[in-house]
Amino acid sequence: MSTRFTKDHEWIRVEGEEGVMGITAYAAEQLGDVVFVELPEVGKTVSQGDELAVVESVKAASEVYAPVSGEVVAVNEALEGEPAKVNESPDAEGWFVKIKLSDKSQLDAMMDEAAYAEHTK
Amino acid sequence: MAMNTQGRPSAPLHTPDPGAYDDTFSGSRGLDQAEPLIFERQTYDKSGVDFEAPKGKPSRLGALERTDDLGLPGLSEPEAMRHYVRLSRKNYAIDIGLYPLGSCTMKHNPRLNEKMARLPGFSDVHPLQPQSTVQGAYELIGELAHWLMTLTNMPTVAMSPKAGAHGELCGMMAIRAALDARGESHRRRVLVPESAHGTNPATAVQCGFFCDEIPAGPDGRVDMEAFKGKLGDDVAAIMLTNPNTCGLFERDIRAIADAIHEAGGYFYCDGANFNAISGRVRPGDLGVDAMHFNLHKTYSTPHGGGGPGSGPTVLSAALAKFAPLPFVIKDGDSWRMVEDEADAKAQGAEPFGRMVAFHGQMGMFTRAMSYMLSHGADGLKQASEDAVLNANYILARLKDVMTQSYDGLCMHEALFDDRFLKDTGVSTLDFAKAMIDEGYHPMTMYFPLVVHGAMLIEPTESESKASLDRFCDTLEALALAAKAGETERFTAAPRYAPTKRLDETRAARQPVLRWTPASADTKAAE
Repeated sequence: MSTRFTKDHEWIRVEGEEGVMGITAYAAEQLGDVVFVELPEVGKTVSQGDELAVVESVKAASEVYAPVSGEVVAVNEALEGEPAKVNESPDAEGWFVKIKLSDKSQLDAMMDEAAYAEHTK
Repeated sequence: MAMNTQGRPSAPLHTPDPGAYDDTFSGSRGLDQAEPLIFERQTYDKSGVDFEAPKGKPSRLGALERTDDLGLPGLSEPEAMRHYVRLSRKNYAIDIGLYPLGSCTMKHNPRLNEKMARLPGFSDVHPLQPQSTVQGAYELIGELAHWLMTLTNMPTVAMSPKAGAHGELCGMMAIRAALDARGESHRRRVLVPESAHGTNPATAVQCGFFCDEIPAGPDGRVDMEAFKGKLGDDVAAIMLTNPNTCGLFERDIRAIADAIHEAGGYFYCDGANFNAISGRVRPGDLGVDAMHFNLHKTYSTPHGGGGPGSGPTVLSAALAKFAPLPFVIKDGDSWRMVEDEADAKAQGAEPFGRMVAFHGQMGMFTRAMSYMLSHGADGLKQASEDAVLNANYILARLKDVMTQSYDGLCMHEALFDDRFLKDTGVSTLDFAKAMIDEGYHPMTMYFPLVVHGAMLIEPTESESKASLDRFCDTLEALALAAKAGETERFTAAPRYAPTKRLDETRAARQPVLRWTPASADTKAAE
């Protein structure tokens, strides 16, 4: 399945029942150098739009919202020591959280790559 | 006539290009001395004062006797003096030049205030000395409170909060006490506009509330429809700054006050920007329930570099009785401090508690009172009008070369964003650093967050037209240089500051919070 995007600049890529999510390259660029990422605890249940993580750059601290509802099954602990990964590789190594989706239909209303590119123009 | 042929020219004949001699042997540049941290001197064997070692008295410390050295730096008196004076010369201050830091009101501190604050009857009082001996200080607190209540048309002021955020805390604690007294403790939602000062949501959360953000409309003001949609019987209060952080007056403030009151909530107004309206607008007339002053901004008590703040907080009739202990009252012919709850209750008050051990910042009270009395009511109004005029002058002079964020006139601060830097390769940060090379402290940048690459300029009423023109000429030249492709002028800035561009990212990712000796054998220096 292809990557889906939110208007708040999160991406999510779903394989099977699980999705891996992070913030987009556009968001990472806008934030500037990321200096700290606060991730949720594994096992936490979130609803779509809930505050999921906090990302702090030299400019500002911003909330990252859950793109879908579900349960946090893994977090990218590497970001704790190397928050720079968010800038270097926002859509791969800089992933934030893996979520077990509780409602896959939520993906349908989200943007695809082309629509997101249009959104950030 | 006799000529002194030994005289030397008083002006250099030519100034050679430093070229390859850009570095000096000593690390100092001109008479700007290089200065290490006080610990980096690694001298432990000196002292400015000679004490003789105690004789003839056996130590009673036993096993607690110190065996290793304290490791405190040792400096003679001239060395200590030079260390701090050299550091102070690297500082920037309102006494050196224009300090355009938006939302901070860095204005001139008249020296008369300093003279008054140093009168021994104010400066040498001790918080525990008999009340009969501090009647003058109490009277000054009472008189200042009278001015603050008059300026705001509010019935009560809590004088003890020690700074702006402390005053916010006071106001929100009073609101919480009032809600509890009404039996409506379930009201926990606080509405905060997205352009608010960061301390507003922080204060609300500290008091056990949670925040709900109100979006701004396209004109940079509160979106009234969105605001009304958020009202409900769980709303405790709205926290609003007026003028807001975009430097704009919230025109709907009366309607906002009415709506929040109708919904059963209270109206907290952040007074950080009161310098724009002091003497012209009374918050009590706008329906405000609580507002802190920043005496250290609006009433010119020095605060740059972390000087003491002072945040008296006015309270409406609905909140007045919850004002914190202690407070000063006139009792018959004399003044006294109400210190405990029983005494307060006898006065008809229901204090929510106590925020300070003693009674606020006497030095700041004296300076603010001196400022007010020397200006008079008409002078305070004039100061606000001049502050707004100065900001609008800057806006008018720069809006064609920089980009104004919201159309129309501003209040006491002019807000620009980085659209004029688009495709120049220069960021707001680079632009600010280039201002340092030009001898100006940068404006507030990247705040408020509602505009991109914000530059918030607050000149205050202290600046003359000539000073504003020099500042605008410089910013105009910088803006044109950026557009003309002189990118390196910005990305390499600051070139002339004591330290070059700092690595903020590394400082945030790997903060070094404690000095440690460079080598392990430091102790050997003892």
